Amino acid sequence: MSHSERSDIFLLDAERTTWHDETLWFVREKRDKAVYATPEFQELRQLASDIKDHTLSRLDFYLQQFEENARRNGVHVHWAVDAAEHNAIVLGLLRQHGATRVVKSKSMLTEECHLNPHLLANGIEVIDTDLGERIIQLREEAPSHVVLPAIHLKKEDVGDTFHKYLGTEKGNNDPQQLTETARQHLREKFLAGQVAISGVNFAVAETGTVVVCTNEGNADLGVNLAQVHIACMGMEKLIPRLSDLSVFTRILTRSATGQPITTYTSHFTRPAEGKELHIVIVDNGRTQQLGRPDFRASLKCIRCGACMNTCPVYRRSGGHSYDFTIPGPIGAILSPNIDMRKHASLPFASTLCGSCTDVCPVKIDIHTQLYKWRQVLGEAGKLPTSKKWSMRLLSRVLAKPGMYSAGGKVARQALRLLPHGLTHGQGYNPWAIARELPAPPQQSFREWYAQQPQNDKA
Amino acid sequence: MKVALFVPCYVDQFYPQVAIASLQLLEKLGVRAHFPKQQTCCGQPMANSGCEQDAKPVYHNFVDAFQDYDYVVGPAGSCVYHVRKHFNIIEQTPAVQHVRTNTLELFDFIINVLGITEIPGSFPHKVGLHLSCHGQRGLHQANESEMTPVRDGQLRRLLSGMQGLELTELTRNDECCGFGGTFCVSEAGISARMGQDRVQDHVRNGTQVLTGGDMSCLMHLEGIVRRQKLPVHVLHAAEILNGVIIG
Repeated sequence: MSHSERSDIFLLDAERTTWHDETLWFVREKRDKAVYATPEFQELRQLASDIKDHTLSRLDFYLQQFEENARRNGVHVHWAVDAAEHNAIVLGLLRQHGATRVVKSKSMLTEECHLNPHLLANGIEVIDTDLGERIIQLREEAPSHVVLPAIHLKKEDVGDTFHKYLGTEKGNNDPQQLTETARQHLREKFLAGQVAISGVNFAVAETGTVVVCTNEGNADLGVNLAQVHIACMGMEKLIPRLSDLSVFTRILTRSATGQPITTYTSHFTRPAEGKELHIVIVDNGRTQQLGRPDFRASLKCIRCGACMNTCPVYRRSGGHSYDFTIPGPIGAILSPNIDMRKHASLPFASTLCGSCTDVCPVKIDIHTQLYKWRQVLGEAGKLPTSKKWSMRLLSRVLAKPGMYSAGGKVARQALRLLPHGLTHGQGYNPWAIARELPAPPQQSFREWYAQQPQNDKA
Repeated sequence: MKVALFVPCYVDQFYPQVAIASLQLLEKLGVRAHFPKQQTCCGQPMANSGCEQDAKPVYHNFVDAFQDYDYVVGPAGSCVYHVRKHFNIIEQTPAVQHVRTNTLELFDFIINVLGITEIPGSFPHKVGLHLSCHGQRGLHQANESEMTPVRDGQLRRLLSGMQGLELTELTRNDECCGFGGTFCVSEAGISARMGQDRVQDHVRNGTQVLTGGDMSCLMHLEGIVRRQKLPVHVLHAAEILNGVIIG
């Protein structure tokens, strides 16, 4: 299914679409207030962008520096070329420790690698400890947003889910009571977790540290209770120095949720006495994207989700319409890198309004890259045949003024003479699903112009 | 100063009154613009669909039509943006560079080349301004809400100089209308929904006349207004500034 087909399903529930749009717009407005209140925000954006550009230009160097420093701190560093290798490494570590229960704190990378199903299939219980992640895990759904994974669900949906799986009273939709239920439920899981898996927001090359930002403190709780901590990171998470970190912590949550800073910013540099810390560094297509000059800047992304909150298409179609781990505008430039055929419709799921580019805290030229992906897909023969041929025909007509002028006249005549039901047939004229066609005038401008006595006929 | 009027294909065919108003407005401001009849389209529909290569002959036709003029002026921010930004894939001959640099949106030309910031006239209506994304974020003709809460821009200034004209304040000042060129048919459902939401924002805030600098967004919004039979007039800003009277 294409993005537009999946969107049409989402749009069927007009009220829910309105609610989804307004909820995310509220987050976008919170972001605006936080940004307006930070006079140096545009300078911070530029600085963050420059640091990321620099890091990507020497990624091999910083990865090696990071590995050396992490090993020196007593951390085990693993490299995974793709999702399968990442999952095998994690499973291997769990087996090595005889672990059957794992707690996980929100990591989009493990989602990208489909780690959960892999672990479950191998007899390991894996519990997502982030509240939103836990809700969708119970429902067996994918996250629909990188920061707000369950934003597609209303509190009634959560009430139903908790009633079904956690035994809350039917019809109890009180957020406070539901949260308390989740807290009790997760506490048991935390205490039983033998290994804790976390994501990584930033990896500091200079110190070999990984930094995890959470609002619920669940990463810390999981890690501190478990014997083994496995931190999984994409190889683009590097920043050179510890002093660079403050630039990113200042822009991350302001862009994401409008908070001045994340509630918990945890640094993991070395394992505690008698414990183990493992870091798995994953490529999974990132090197390939790094090698595409037009799209390499997409690797600067810090997963704040601001482009999703501002995107008028995302707000009205929902994260699942993108059918990719990272949805929204940034997902639409990351996904064709992974599978051009499967995700061919995503770069077209945008009006190219440019709002994503303007909110991006690391200045990724998102809408420009969307435009470029369209050309790459066009040249690779990944466009629908009807579109390809109609555009070719249109070019022929528009390259010849005489043909264009005559064609326009015929089209206007036809529009005037044909019955409304025919010109506005909803089955074949997508424009007409909600819009009238412009009323065709008797004369085009060029016909009018030629009749004006004062105009030279040249 | 030799000035050419660039009339985008859909304006030529469906909105001749907008091109006429642009021509007359320029004339009132002392500029006699010519209409080279070789012109057709800027090629954006093909390029936005991923068929940039197919658009090359159209780009060449555009350059041929306009290369002899000092300025090329058009009442459509999106098409102007396309010429300026995306004509980079053909050989950058002096003619191509000249046309790219000197193709300007109508109000950009009036303010920045002619240096005119106020146009005398009266328009006693509640007017809602639709900011086109390509005009605003692409050509920087208005402030972006992503950067600043201050609402300012070329068209806002020109319109607020009209006697009796009252600008409505929108809940979402600069949200995209959902037209998006071929997006309006390839993602028709979302496009329609975005347009309906946009129109509602205007209706809720009291807009009687919906206007803007980009006829493509207005064509889409007008289509929704007419389908829903809403009491809103849709006019290009050139029509208002040229002194149109609505009955």
